[in-house]
Amino acid sequence: MAETADAIHHHEAPRGFIRKYIFSLDHKVIGIQYWLLALVAALVGMTLSVLMRLQLAYPNQEFGFLKWIFPNAAANGTISPELYLSLMTMHGTIMVFFVLTTAPQGGFGNYILPIQIGAADMAFPRLNMLSFWTTFLAFVVMVLAFFAETGVIGPIGGWTGYPPLSALGEIAGPGEGTAVMLWIISIALFCIGSLLGALNFITTMLNMRTRGMTLTRLPLTCWAWFTTAVLALLSFPVLLSAGILLLLEHLAGTSFFIPANSIVNGKLLTDRSGGSPILWQHLFWFFGHPEVYIAIVPGMGLTSQVLSTFARKPIFGYRVMIYAIFAIGLLGFFVWGHHMFISGMAPMTATVFSLVTLVIGVPSAIKTFNWLGTMWGARIRFTAAMLFAIGFVSLFVSGGITGLFLGQTSLDLHLHDTYFVAGHFHMIMGVAAIFGMFAGTYYWLPKMFGRMMNETLGKIHFWCTFIGVNCIFIPFHIMGIMGAPRRYSLHWNPVTGEGLQYLQTMGPLTKFASYAAFFTAAAQIIFFANLIYSMFKGPKASENPWEATTLEWVIPSPPPHDNFGGHEPTVYRGPYEYSVPGAPKDYCMQTDPEPSESPESEH
Amino acid sequence: MGKALGILIWLLVVGVVLLFLAHDIWGSAQTWWLPHAISEHGAAYDSEFKITLVVVAIAFILAQIALGYVVFSYGANKAGRAVYSHGNTRLEVTWTVITLAVFGTLGVMGQRVWAGLHFNEAPPGSISVEVTAQQFGWNFRYPGADGQFGRTDPKQVDDSTGNPVGIDEKDPAGKDDIVSTTLSVPVNRPVHLILRSKDVIHSFFVPNLRFKQDLVPGMAINVHFTPIETGRYEITCAELCGLGHYKMRSFLDVMSEEDYAKWLKDRAPAQ
Repeated sequence: MAETADAIHHHEAPRGFIRKYIFSLDHKVIGIQYWLLALVAALVGMTLSVLMRLQLAYPNQEFGFLKWIFPNAAANGTISPELYLSLMTMHGTIMVFFVLTTAPQGGFGNYILPIQIGAADMAFPRLNMLSFWTTFLAFVVMVLAFFAETGVIGPIGGWTGYPPLSALGEIAGPGEGTAVMLWIISIALFCIGSLLGALNFITTMLNMRTRGMTLTRLPLTCWAWFTTAVLALLSFPVLLSAGILLLLEHLAGTSFFIPANSIVNGKLLTDRSGGSPILWQHLFWFFGHPEVYIAIVPGMGLTSQVLSTFARKPIFGYRVMIYAIFAIGLLGFFVWGHHMFISGMAPMTATVFSLVTLVIGVPSAIKTFNWLGTMWGARIRFTAAMLFAIGFVSLFVSGGITGLFLGQTSLDLHLHDTYFVAGHFHMIMGVAAIFGMFAGTYYWLPKMFGRMMNETLGKIHFWCTFIGVNCIFIPFHIMGIMGAPRRYSLHWNPVTGEGLQYLQTMGPLTKFASYAAFFTAAAQIIFFANLIYSMFKGPKASENPWEATTLEWVIPSPPPHDNFGGHEPTVYRGPYEYSVPGAPKDYCMQTDPEPSESPESEH
Repeated sequence: MGKALGILIWLLVVGVVLLFLAHDIWGSAQTWWLPHAISEHGAAYDSEFKITLVVVAIAFILAQIALGYVVFSYGANKAGRAVYSHGNTRLEVTWTVITLAVFGTLGVMGQRVWAGLHFNEAPPGSISVEVTAQQFGWNFRYPGADGQFGRTDPKQVDDSTGNPVGIDEKDPAGKDDIVSTTLSVPVNRPVHLILRSKDVIHSFFVPNLRFKQDLVPGMAINVHFTPIETGRYEITCAELCGLGHYKMRSFLDVMSEEDYAKWLKDRAPAQ
């Protein structure tokens, strides 16, 4: 193995617990911090969703344990409409920001990207530390919102926080005062953290690649993290600005989003005028649509990596995969209006957004075809990581394909803001992205902690979760077709006759989805037990337990402080050279020289 | 493991297909589908929905069956090494062109109902109703015998005195305006709604109409549709508007011309 003796970006290993594990500059520690934060957030978000499913399956029924969890908000043991809406808002916000945006990019990206490109650390280690702690602070502020008001456990507004509801303050109802302010502050902090992280990712990938690591030898994970960072860099500043404007509505009495002559709760607001509620929607979705790709694109990269590793085949159409990711990232900035077809936006504008939206389905379909091509003629090793990657592809198809309904302006006349939408985005940006995170955890945990996870438990976890999530979210589509609106604390209460009559027969579907949710949530105990046990007591992992090819697998598990021991690895090959004819093993590491070639010859 | 997973993915396909056909197969599940359409554009909507469903179903079934197949067939226990291939340009071009053509066609077709409803103004002879939403109720105002809406004044809005939309008492055109909490319209006549909101964003949604439109404070949004079947249908709010969102509902009463005339007459202010 040829290595140069030039130590790049060398810094001393820190001593002392605080510098090593808390305020660490090491991208690996920061990656694990992000990942742990996301795990905690995922537990919180999942718990909230279980409580929501409980209310939907048993509307307004009394449960003794609710008094114990929410002594103020559920003093009588039932979930009130306002408590339900605050559960829903916090579930969405925590899942989108602190799980889907945090783990795939901040967690795995931070840990793996520098190693996969052969660098000793991120380009700006201090900035990296700052971005994590800003994100952590954002989470603390979000948690404070749980306790800000009595009767609710946070703001009421959904993760989209549409004004004027979110801008008017207490007069608009419970959860619109202090809780919503803390929510905005948290999101603003999160934007800053993500922005700093994005700068770091882009610089690192462009500048710090090791010798021989040309752009077309980069693993697809790196391309995915890079594209995600570009999306974050361009979209988070817009949300940050919008968030500041919304905060000023509360603190300074401005009127960016509140029009003249608003009459709220019987009171004419004489001090507000000139604002536009739709302005927020444009700003929010200019961020919000790229955001769904920020959640899913790292999962696409990860799936490519894991599929290729365990299929023992090079990725099918490597370059096409990169072009497709770029196309998704680029087109992702021109489709935000499809969230607003019926918002009051001009109908012709909606048509333009609709057409671009249908086109963005093409690169997504291309990725699916290439994943299938990768597995065609393969010799698949069914590890837990591989199962979750295959599950990702299945969920990506099921969740993505319903976009063909929702992208059409005409069909949105009925489907918009129904459970059909909730089913669509939970399948694709929710559980598909989470399957990416599970695949990443099973795949990289041996590298991160030097211990193997239990494969049998991992497989049981996969079977339960894959069946479970399909049982939860596929019925959502039928509910949406029936016309069930989102964000309702009850659709039909058979006991009191409260609710929407046309949804009287939906009960069995609702209950089925709820039971599936309880089952799926319970199955996650298997994952957490396996994770915690394996992190400390699992069998020791070798350097390259999966017989994979990329650079993280040439160094010890866990890697030393500066990754490559002060030496710069040299790369001779593409990232996915599996089953090369004539090679002694069924994989060739990126650092294995080709007999006839020098590293520079392919430039 | 691979064989089992392949079969599971195929079973998933069967399960999804059965669920989507349940309304046709089992009598007790017949409501698990689009509610009965009662608007002029309803039939076109339902046919566009069905075309999309067929395209999506074909793509879904083919993709999942293929995934199940590769997982079923190419386990590591198969003899020899995996096929060494980096891709196939002709295949890439083929599937890109096909998906672009299919998705593009769907996109263009998907504008038809939309354009028919939204790219032109309400036809002459429409019934005009002004809808003013508020947390958590609906106000439907009819112009009365003079066919003209009276001026409104936000300062005169008062739910307790029966003037929820603030009709200016000084404007004679407003004297005969009728304000109702339900929406009554005659059958087979185009309905022109002027949508407003007092406080936060709401959304006017009638599943049987296949119609939904947000009501945005500060805006007057003009829309129209034509109900073609009499009956009582539920109106729901489809945009989160606060704690009472789930119970912000009303009714659309589609009635014969005679019943509608009587309905208006019964509500005309005595003068």
